[in-house]
Amino acid sequence: MNILKLAWKNIIHNPLNLLLNLVLLTLGVGLINFILLFNHQLKDKFDKNLAGIDLVIGAKGSPLQLILCSMYHIDAPTGNISIKEAKPFLRIGHPLIKASVPLSVGDNYKGYRIVGTDHSILTMYDAQVAVGKKWSGLYEATAGAEVAAVLGLEIGSEFKSSHGFSDDQDLEHDGVFRIVGILESTGSVVDQLLLCNTASVWDVHSNHGDGHNHSKYDNFSMERDSLLLYEEEEITSILVQYVNRTNFQALNMPRNINENTDLQAASPAYEINRLYDMMGTGTKALQLLAILIAIVSAISIFVSLLNSLRQRKYELSLLRVLGGKPTTLFFLIVMEGVIMALLGFLLGMLTSHIAMSAMGSSLSERYNYQFASWIQHGQEALIFAMTLGLGFLAAVIPAIMAYRTDIHNNLSEG
Amino acid sequence: MFTYCGMLRTDSIKHHYTNAQRFDFPDINCNSSEAMLILGQSGVGKTTLLHILAGILKPQEGQVYIGDKALYGLSGNQLDKFRGQHIGLVFQKPHFVQSITAEENLLLTQKMAGQPTDKKLADSLLSKLNIGHRKSAKAYKMSQGEQQRLSIARAIINRPKVILADEPTSALDDKNCEKVIDLLKEQAEEVKASLLIVTHDNRLKDIFSNYIELS
Repeated sequence: MNILKLAWKNIIHNPLNLLLNLVLLTLGVGLINFILLFNHQLKDKFDKNLAGIDLVIGAKGSPLQLILCSMYHIDAPTGNISIKEAKPFLRIGHPLIKASVPLSVGDNYKGYRIVGTDHSILTMYDAQVAVGKKWSGLYEATAGAEVAAVLGLEIGSEFKSSHGFSDDQDLEHDGVFRIVGILESTGSVVDQLLLCNTASVWDVHSNHGDGHNHSKYDNFSMERDSLLLYEEEEITSILVQYVNRTNFQALNMPRNINENTDLQAASPAYEINRLYDMMGTGTKALQLLAILIAIVSAISIFVSLLNSLRQRKYELSLLRVLGGKPTTLFFLIVMEGVIMALLGFLLGMLTSHIAMSAMGSSLSERYNYQFASWIQHGQEALIFAMTLGLGFLAAVIPAIMAYRTDIHNNLSEG
Repeated sequence: MFTYCGMLRTDSIKHHYTNAQRFDFPDINCNSSEAMLILGQSGVGKTTLLHILAGILKPQEGQVYIGDKALYGLSGNQLDKFRGQHIGLVFQKPHFVQSITAEENLLLTQKMAGQPTDKKLADSLLSKLNIGHRKSAKAYKMSQGEQQRLSIARAIINRPKVILADEPTSALDDKNCEKVIDLLKEQAEEVKASLLIVTHDNRLKDIFSNYIELS
């Protein structure tokens, strides 16, 4: 029967108080941890998908939408741009541009986007083929690791694309795609994409739409020059990497494009920061709420300890009579607060991870990103320290009162 | 003279709370295995004296000796430890730690005094006092008689040099009064402790040859 055990017995002796304190602590800690888990993964996703992209060029509209559509594949396109307009930025050898990737989006297969592009996207996202080969001919597709795993796609699997970004049988196109390769997992957005050549996207939308025969794109090849021949056709956007991002001319490029062409150029770094700022307000409000709940839980622990102290005044005097030092009583009360905080921490952590896994699937749909529920975000130790600190703070005044217990007066009253 | 070699003795203790209420206590000298009664009506400072003897309240003047130790020559922590090891207290109303069982209350008593906990000793003591079957009961669920026995068990478990009892019989009928006193005497003798009972219960006068009256 040591002091820790006694503290534990004292805590569970008052189950209703314990319940109230734990509910509050669990809510506070759980909410804070959930927000951190969510933010950590979202930020991780955004950061990974920056992939060194300096500029996205597409149709005029919302720059943030252009970025979200072209880099994160969670928003609709702002419109299309013609190859003719896009040519200068797609041509190999532009003095300011190290790499450019043409994107044609607009269709999906079971909710996963089909992107018409060339092999430059693999270099940009550092993606390797795991099995099979890269797409090249019409209606050949290479699947990202997650698409393949979730939909069970293998080499030779065939599928039809649907118009738009949600799975809808009524909007199904006629062209049949065939999987020729599957990519290794990269952790970036490429995992979620079905890649094919640009002409396949054009062909599937062209009127005859009868698959492999008699296509006007039969001569389309994976060379960039081949793409540029189809001046009248359209693509959605272009991802651009500069040769040197501090170059003065490169810095002026977005403004030139926006002012002098019908195209729009958007800078991912700038737009994503704007997005963080917007989300930040909501997150901050939630965080504030969580911190408030945590403070309320500390007050609740404080009040319940203070009440129990009043009820236990003979008990505490008794412990002194039995040989306990004033510091023993201080330690006892502090431990009661800290043990409650520890329990609250554990329950809060557990709850937030369970909530993350419960909400994971709906979040994944919305953000086109697989949320993991049992990962760490690196700030657990801080939450742990803060929770224990809260427990200690809540207990310290009652503990000082216990330390000062006047045995003579207490026992005389008894 | 043997008188000044007693297990518990006091030397000209004086204490006051207000100027109107000054206590001047007679010297006490009680040997090991000896029992002594301190009688007095309400308001004569019985509880004050008991607390002074127990090392709970430092008197304004005078000294308490237990064995060869001067209680109020010890530091705070030393005094707490000394009290836990060498003084057993039986309160008028039995106080226990509510959240733990009868047996755990005894183990806690050993722990608080800095002794190793001895479950066997605790259990055998409970059996000897006929409450062995209640060892897993929370103290507040025990009957008054059982609680009194438990508080006696607690007072002697550390084999103290002195047992101090505060009005142990005031709420009891004649039959139970005698029983409790017999039990206290018997247990005190067994651990060779001095037994001091502070009370206003005149019935006890007939049982104890050795008593001091406070006035």
